[in-house]
Amino acid sequence: MKERGSLFVLDELERLQNEIAVSISQAATEKELSEIRVKVLGKKGTLTQLLKRLGTLPEKDRKEIGKKANQVKESTEARIEEALFLLSERERKEALEREKIDVTLPGRRIPVGKRHPLTQTLDQIIDIFSRLGFEVVEGPEVELDYYNFEALNIPKGHPAREMQATFFISEDVVLRTHTSPVQVRTMEKKQPPVRVICPGAVYRCDSDPTHSPMFHQVEGLLVDKGITFADLKGVLTVFVHQMFGKETKLRFRPSFFPFTEPSAEIDIECFICNGKGCGVCSQTGWLEILGSGMVDPAVYKFVNYDPEEVTGFAFGMGIERIAMLKYGIHDIRLFFTNDLRFLKQF
Amino acid sequence: MKVSLNWLKDYIQIQMELKDLINLLTMAGLEVEGVQSIGGGLEKVVVAEIGSIRKHPNADRLSLVEVKTDQETLSIVCGATNIREGQRVPLALVGARLPNGVEIKRSKIRGIPSEGMLCSEIELGLGQDASGIMILPPQVALGADLGEVMGLKDTILDLSITPNRPDCLCVIGIAREIAALTHQKIKYPAPTLSDRGEEIHQKTSVTILDQDLCPRYVARMIEGVTIGPSPRWMSDRLEKVGIRSINNVVDVTNYVMMEYGQPLHAFDFELLEEGRIVVRRAREGEAFVTLDGVKRTLDKEMLMICDGVKPVAIAGVMGGLNSEIKENTQKVLLESAYFNPESNRRTSKKLGLETEAAYRFGRGIDYGGCLAAANRAAQLIQELAKGRVVEGVVDAYPGTIAPHPIRLSVKKIHQILGTEVSGKQVRQYLEGLELDVREEDEDILVVTPTSFRGDLERDIDLIEEVARLDGYENIPMTLPKGPPSAEERGKEFYIERKVIDVLIDHGYHEAITYSFTSPASCDLLGLPQDDPRRRSLRILNPLTEDLSIMRTTLIPGLLETARYNVSRKNSNLKLFELKKVFIPQEGKNLPQEPKSLVGLAMGFDRDPHWAFSPRQVDFFDIKGCVEDLFDALQIRGMKFSKAEAISYLHPGKASKVILGEDVLGVLGEVHPQVLSRYDIHGNVYLFEMDFTKMVAYSGKAKRFQLLPKFPAVYRDLSVVVDHALESERIIEAIWAFQPPFVEEVNLFDLYDGPPIPKGKKGMSYRIRYQANDRTLTDEEVNHFHEKIVSKLKEAFPLQLRQ
Repeated sequence: MKERGSLFVLDELERLQNEIAVSISQAATEKELSEIRVKVLGKKGTLTQLLKRLGTLPEKDRKEIGKKANQVKESTEARIEEALFLLSERERKEALEREKIDVTLPGRRIPVGKRHPLTQTLDQIIDIFSRLGFEVVEGPEVELDYYNFEALNIPKGHPAREMQATFFISEDVVLRTHTSPVQVRTMEKKQPPVRVICPGAVYRCDSDPTHSPMFHQVEGLLVDKGITFADLKGVLTVFVHQMFGKETKLRFRPSFFPFTEPSAEIDIECFICNGKGCGVCSQTGWLEILGSGMVDPAVYKFVNYDPEEVTGFAFGMGIERIAMLKYGIHDIRLFFTNDLRFLKQF
Repeated sequence: MKVSLNWLKDYIQIQMELKDLINLLTMAGLEVEGVQSIGGGLEKVVVAEIGSIRKHPNADRLSLVEVKTDQETLSIVCGATNIREGQRVPLALVGARLPNGVEIKRSKIRGIPSEGMLCSEIELGLGQDASGIMILPPQVALGADLGEVMGLKDTILDLSITPNRPDCLCVIGIAREIAALTHQKIKYPAPTLSDRGEEIHQKTSVTILDQDLCPRYVARMIEGVTIGPSPRWMSDRLEKVGIRSINNVVDVTNYVMMEYGQPLHAFDFELLEEGRIVVRRAREGEAFVTLDGVKRTLDKEMLMICDGVKPVAIAGVMGGLNSEIKENTQKVLLESAYFNPESNRRTSKKLGLETEAAYRFGRGIDYGGCLAAANRAAQLIQELAKGRVVEGVVDAYPGTIAPHPIRLSVKKIHQILGTEVSGKQVRQYLEGLELDVREEDEDILVVTPTSFRGDLERDIDLIEEVARLDGYENIPMTLPKGPPSAEERGKEFYIERKVIDVLIDHGYHEAITYSFTSPASCDLLGLPQDDPRRRSLRILNPLTEDLSIMRTTLIPGLLETARYNVSRKNSNLKLFELKKVFIPQEGKNLPQEPKSLVGLAMGFDRDPHWAFSPRQVDFFDIKGCVEDLFDALQIRGMKFSKAEAISYLHPGKASKVILGEDVLGVLGEVHPQVLSRYDIHGNVYLFEMDFTKMVAYSGKAKRFQLLPKFPAVYRDLSVVVDHALESERIIEAIWAFQPPFVEEVNLFDLYDGPPIPKGKKGMSYRIRYQANDRTLTDEEVNHFHEKIVSKLKEAFPLQLRQ
């Protein structure tokens, strides 16, 4: 049988425990929680006050009441801890919420420039031929008639000269009409094997949406022992597949250049109409992209190579044409007006 | 060259589909550039059979005719009386439009509906007969398109003929190619005229004085001709290939040219003085009026056809007004000659006369075919102009030309093409081209070309023919076995790529402008009269004066580009160009072509942005770019010194870039006066660097520097100096003291407002001290720093700021 006093204390503890639970659950801030802690567990706190009365209670009840009091103390602390944790969780969440940004705002970009689309196209061409073992060489743009025509088997008065409307500086000096003279200059300096590509500006007296008085070509030359037309087909097929995609259909079509024989023009299937015929390919289904051929023995004579010893092939392409096809550009003159709105697109 | 499919079929069978023919020709080197279908103007006119014929109930002269096609039976009201049941006739269906402009509609004639119209020859434009309905042969198919039945439907191929194949500039030439490709024999026209007879020699003669320019001249005569229009088949054919019909005689000469590729000329014989032909060079300055009524001045290299007294034609180029065929011409002298191609091209070019004849002579015609063409033409004239061909031929052929036999090794074909073609196959291909082939041994064939294949001179020419006929598509694909190029890639190439990278990173877009520019560009830049850039190469035949000299500097091109962009509201610009300039060299044919680098910046550094305030670019933007360029190329120790006398730069905002004694370039703000000449508003900055020198000075590959093991210590130094003192002087002075442990000195602040007195400016430098064997103590650093401060005080009138 317990004392009345003991019973009262036990009741008080029970009531206190419930009261604490309610007030903790209602506390909204860290401050309120620490107030509760002081109010209950502080020196003058309710639980502390109650415990002070422990000594006044009968010995036999002390143990049980002490145990109960301890339990109340511990549960209070645990609840406060938990409430604090939940509170900080919530605050952290709210803080993150407050820090939210508008991810759709434009980023801080660095205004970089662009390479000219012709340079980009040329770099791609150079890259492909570099992997095929070709070296890059350059030659003069103001060129002797000899290198531009004579040594390429185009003597004065040859009808092939009419294919290339020429700018003259003097009777013997022209603005090169193609990059082919670099072939001759290269062979003059070097004995076979030769594997070079020669990019650069060339000039013809023409001006309309598909002709510019200045444009760019890449010339290629491979001379070695035992080089055949089959090698020409192999190398240029690799080029076309790497430049325009592995699926690109191409054909080698007989043509004429004074400095190659046999000569071939290379067409790729029109990728606008897939070969059905359209305005871009003039209804033929094919787009002409490269001229090529086996170096004519007459050219070897000019550079003192022995055509019985070595054979080789040469090819040439217009960089503008390739870029126009690649990017769908309709007017060649856009390359040279350098409108920023054009340059920024590539 | 335009060629009609129907015309081709005169000589050869073409049974394949059109697209296969196009492919066949294109893949043989005769590129088909265009295809045009010609309907003959008789769409919706078909073959119908007359069924019952009844009287029209409301009109005595009209009948009601029932006609049937392969599809339907129609009822037609008709006024003609020549039709009978079972006949086949042309029926114009509703919707047809006849050559005379009549459009056929569903209509009622005197109350009776008519569902089409039966036509007469004249209504169809097929003849002059207007007397009744045209009656067709009974075997023509019901419902067949009349245009097709009458051979009016045609396809015109536009072929691109390469300069080495003049033999393909005619219908027979194309037919020969198809024959070779489809293993057929060509059916040549066979004139029945005899070449024999003495009559012509009594009437005329041909004297060739300049045999080098005229190796062969064939003449025939036709008498009693009546000049008039050509029959429709002839004018049709000519018009379809782009030649205007003139009269029966002239049309024949053009027809035979298109057929054989042999240009012919017809003279009015009675206008030839002394009735004879003399072929000679013109006299220098001689005047001559050509057919087109233009007076031409000749020179002594031009070959003329003359009569006994005067010139009557420019050989192979154009006839003269004084001897042309007129309405009253009765006697015709027909010329079929071979002229020297080179001389012909020169003459035609000099006179600016590009005729069909000159085009063919200039590329070389078939010297063996002159006679056949003359005979063909004489016979046609006789048929069409009712004349009589005078017996006999004048064939002046002083030095007979003969083709050289070519030795062709079958092995070599393989060596060039990389594919095996048997000797037998080669022989077949070449014989298909009408070449004479003789086997010398197992490997060697001796091939004699025909007179129309003047392009075949060497074995390689024959190898090409074999490749073409065998088909390029049949040649395998291999990769060359040899080694890759052993050449070292030029330093310049790498540096160019590196420079472009730096410029791109700085926001510069690459421009490519024309290498030719206006002679006025030097004036626009205000270059002094003795500036070397004023000496440039001039193009003899420029497109326009604005593009008539080769540039000596890239600046005008970029300023022009800036102007173009600004006028299109692209006014925040950063552009560069890295290309050649052309510097004439005294006593040399060719100029030097060094590369130059120019950058241009103007406007704001970026577009408006929520997070940035765009800033106007200025001198230090371009300077920073130049500094980064030199850094990337490992060029150290260059100085920027002010430059006051560069005509196109602001005298107070211009600098030279100097390395030792050498000037590598200039940079600065463009002179306002220059900008106003270019009509550009705003401030423009540019730099121009000598790219060749940049390459020359560029350093070797970078060497790795050990990372410092001990931390650095920094000290700042703020001074107030005269406004005019250049900031770099302080830095130079500090380095000149050779201060211990100083690794870096940077200007980090510049200020010239209050409390700094007027005429002064405040500058702050940060100095990095570092030792590589220990951490420097504060006391040590203070000591060295104090020393620098006191030395600076001695060297400059300056105050220290705290």
